[in-house]
Amino acid sequence: MSITFTLNGEARAVEAAPMDRLLDVLRGPLGLTGAKEGCGEGECGACAVEIDGRVVNSCLIPVFQVEGATIRTIEGVAGERLTRLQEAFLAHGAVQCGACTPALVLGCEALLAEEGQISRAGVREALAGHLCRCTGYQKIIDAVMDAAEDKR
Amino acid sequence: MLIGTNYQRLDGRAKVTGAARYVDDLPQPEGCLFGLTLRSPHPHARIDAIRRDPGYDWQGITVVTAEDIPGENVVALMTDDQPVLAAGLTRHVTEPIALVAAPTRQRAAEALKHIHVDYTPLPALLDFEIAQDHEIKIYGEDNVFARAATLRGDPDALLRDAELVIEGIYRVGHQEQLYIEPQGLIALPREDGGLTILGSMQCPYYIHKALKRVLGGVDFNVRQTTTGGAFGGKEDYPSIMGAHVALLALKAKAPVKMIYARDEDLIATTKRHPAVIRVRAAVDPKSAKLLAVESQMIFDGGAYNTLSPVVNSRGVLHGAGPYVCEHVRVTGVMVASHTPPNGAFRGFGAPQSQFAMERHMDRIARHLEMDPAELRRINYYRPGDLTPTGQRLDDPAAEEVFERARAWVEAARRAPAPVEEAPGGRGRDLARGVAFVMGFHGAGFTGNGESGLAAKVDVSLEGDRVLIHTASIDMGQGIDTVFPAIVAETLDYPLDKVSCAPHDTATVPNSGPTAASRSVMVVGGVSQKGARQLREALRAALGAGPEATFAELVAARSPEAPPLRVRAQYDDDGAIWDAARYWGDAYPTYAWTAVAVELDVDRDTGEVIYRRLFQATDVGKAMNKVIVEGQLEGGAVQALGYATLEEVVIDARGAMKNNRLTDYIIPTTMDTPELETAIVEYPFAGGPYGAKGIGELPHDVPAAAVAAAIEDAVGVVLDQLPMTPQRVLAALMMQEEEA
Ligand code: FES
Ligand code: FES
Repeated sequence: MSITFTLNGEARAVEAAPMDRLLDVLRGPLGLTGAKEGCGEGECGACAVEIDGRVVNSCLIPVFQVEGATIRTIEGVAGERLTRLQEAFLAHGAVQCGACTPALVLGCEALLAEEGQISRAGVREALAGHLCRCTGYQKIIDAVMDAAEDKR
Repeated sequence: MLIGTNYQRLDGRAKVTGAARYVDDLPQPEGCLFGLTLRSPHPHARIDAIRRDPGYDWQGITVVTAEDIPGENVVALMTDDQPVLAAGLTRHVTEPIALVAAPTRQRAAEALKHIHVDYTPLPALLDFEIAQDHEIKIYGEDNVFARAATLRGDPDALLRDAELVIEGIYRVGHQEQLYIEPQGLIALPREDGGLTILGSMQCPYYIHKALKRVLGGVDFNVRQTTTGGAFGGKEDYPSIMGAHVALLALKAKAPVKMIYARDEDLIATTKRHPAVIRVRAAVDPKSAKLLAVESQMIFDGGAYNTLSPVVNSRGVLHGAGPYVCEHVRVTGVMVASHTPPNGAFRGFGAPQSQFAMERHMDRIARHLEMDPAELRRINYYRPGDLTPTGQRLDDPAAEEVFERARAWVEAARRAPAPVEEAPGGRGRDLARGVAFVMGFHGAGFTGNGESGLAAKVDVSLEGDRVLIHTASIDMGQGIDTVFPAIVAETLDYPLDKVSCAPHDTATVPNSGPTAASRSVMVVGGVSQKGARQLREALRAALGAGPEATFAELVAARSPEAPPLRVRAQYDDDGAIWDAARYWGDAYPTYAWTAVAVELDVDRDTGEVIYRRLFQATDVGKAMNKVIVEGQLEGGAVQALGYATLEEVVIDARGAMKNNRLTDYIIPTTMDTPELETAIVEYPFAGGPYGAKGIGELPHDVPAAAVAAAIEDAVGVVLDQLPMTPQRVLAALMMQEEEA
């Protein structure tokens, strides 16, 4: 079937079987490989994308569900320049192997876009669905807190 | 001055934007097939026949068995015991039996179901503790892959006659590396009839060495793609997987890609070696000095040798911990079992043996009714002390890391981390504990290993860019940034004009494996030497004097001049090592740490809730503080997983039962404490700018610190890893019964 949605600001249509995983459709025909498969069962968060403003694991989403939706992937986060959060990731050393990074950046951007105050404990709670095996998370949280300076 | 500052990772931008391409992200090569592996369901069985279902449509499907191997059926690493594909006999569950490649993963999976294997199950030996000299033979006559022993002085006499001898037994389980990017490799037929193997890896030349034997005369090169974590897990395993993709590609005459799904990666690839370690110590009750130490360790190697002898050796060499003692014997036995082979994982035997020794120090302190910190103070290495192999250590680092950690613990007792701020703390019956332990780690290969390896690095000038050619892989730890920084600093040249060339065996010399905490300290040093050679070569070519800077020399050279390339090699470091007696300079140097943990124990559930972790670590000299801290923090959190969360549950066939991320739990942000790190710098003359290798050290002792803090919190003694809620709860209940 043909599925249409808005992807990183552009209207897109793609041919896929309804039960194909969104992750595979993004990585395959759409050529967006920023979302990674770390587990394929909703545990690692490496495949996270934003659908209608919510961050979800695309390995669990059958593609028919995104008909008409607005999707943002890591590829749609930065423009010409990196975002403040991406810069903070670099400055704080929140990136090592990078396998978790694209989805984490997306997750953190969504968190920063939320209303209200941000605390370290709150960041920990919000990022609990993203596994990172390299950093121990300290520098990731430091980066988010830095980028959220005016929300602390 | 670049070294020691916080310049950013050169690959950072690509990684935060999602542009970095890992092996599974590369554009699909034309006609690429997907490969899958048929694995043994039996721990030990004869393979009587491998049959293809004649009714199935095999069109477009390639099947490979041991018979298709053009060269030898062996995964060459240390010994030749492991086959690329089992032939006639399988020695562990998940052992590869056959391979298929098909245009899609689904078709390959379907085809796999139409290959039938006739097995005759044989009695299996799964328990490594009884495997030595067992009547069921797995390896050699005695099921022993390797033995190692150090002896200094005469521990037997003291252990026999001393007034106080304390004994303990310690157990540690498997641990999975759990890189977030699973194992993945592609074999690409080249136009000249050869092959390119590319993908996620740690040691291109290990794959190269192994495939040379397997592929007969086929020419090939091995190239790394951006690697999403490894931690030792991509040190030896890619050799077997590389052989698999290569064999499929040769037979299919098409590119073949293999990406393990997480469940397959968990069940089939190597893990940290389980061990049981018995420690005995004779102690002077008055001075609290260690008079004699004996540590005997048995490691589970699994069904094949891989690089287990080196794990055994490293375990032994760290077995007595960072404490001086004149009479020491440490022995290690690496035994075989009918379980999937264990392999490299950050620390490589040292986390196992130091967990035992640190727990034993706490046991001694308990017995003497003294402060465990004080016991450590009395016994840690002072400058001039000798290790159990007779190596003289001159760093005063043990004292400094000790004092830092002790001060931190005292402050934490005065001002405990508040419960409200940390997640998951309210309304529970919590007991606070805080404690610290010490550790050390020998960086680089053992003994004269580095001189034997003789790491080679090329440095070239191409236009105005300097390229460093090594086989050392950036798997996240930052080599592709730190090597250029070392070279840029050495040449006083802008960092943005220096980079690492692609890591491809076709173009880089063998700088040795990316392992053993050796990359920055050893290969970084050779890169520095190469940079100096390049400057001299340039000077000579231009006939310039000694006062000209590198930048001036580059400017004076014609931009059209062909690349200028030099090769540097590791100098014999003069290490004196008697491998037969295990005597002499065991490692080029040691890095030191003291790790403190503050935690709560939930008395009702047995759950451990981490509050803060502090480490004071001697790194020689930090090449980049942020990158070094990242190594220390990440290693420590991996060790917290080892301590309380990560349990590999083994079923009756010796297979990992919980081979999914739902069931094998690694630390998330919610399980992880705030991390505080103090970098201590006692430079090592043999490393670039004084750097010591520190990649593994942070994993060595946090688990022991957790055990000590649990003891401090609730008074129960845990000597087995992982300290799961069930184990903590069982210990608490036992304590209640006794009371
Ligand atoms: S791949 Fe989707 S959560 Fe792990
Ligand atoms: S940076 Fe490697 S998994 Fe997060």
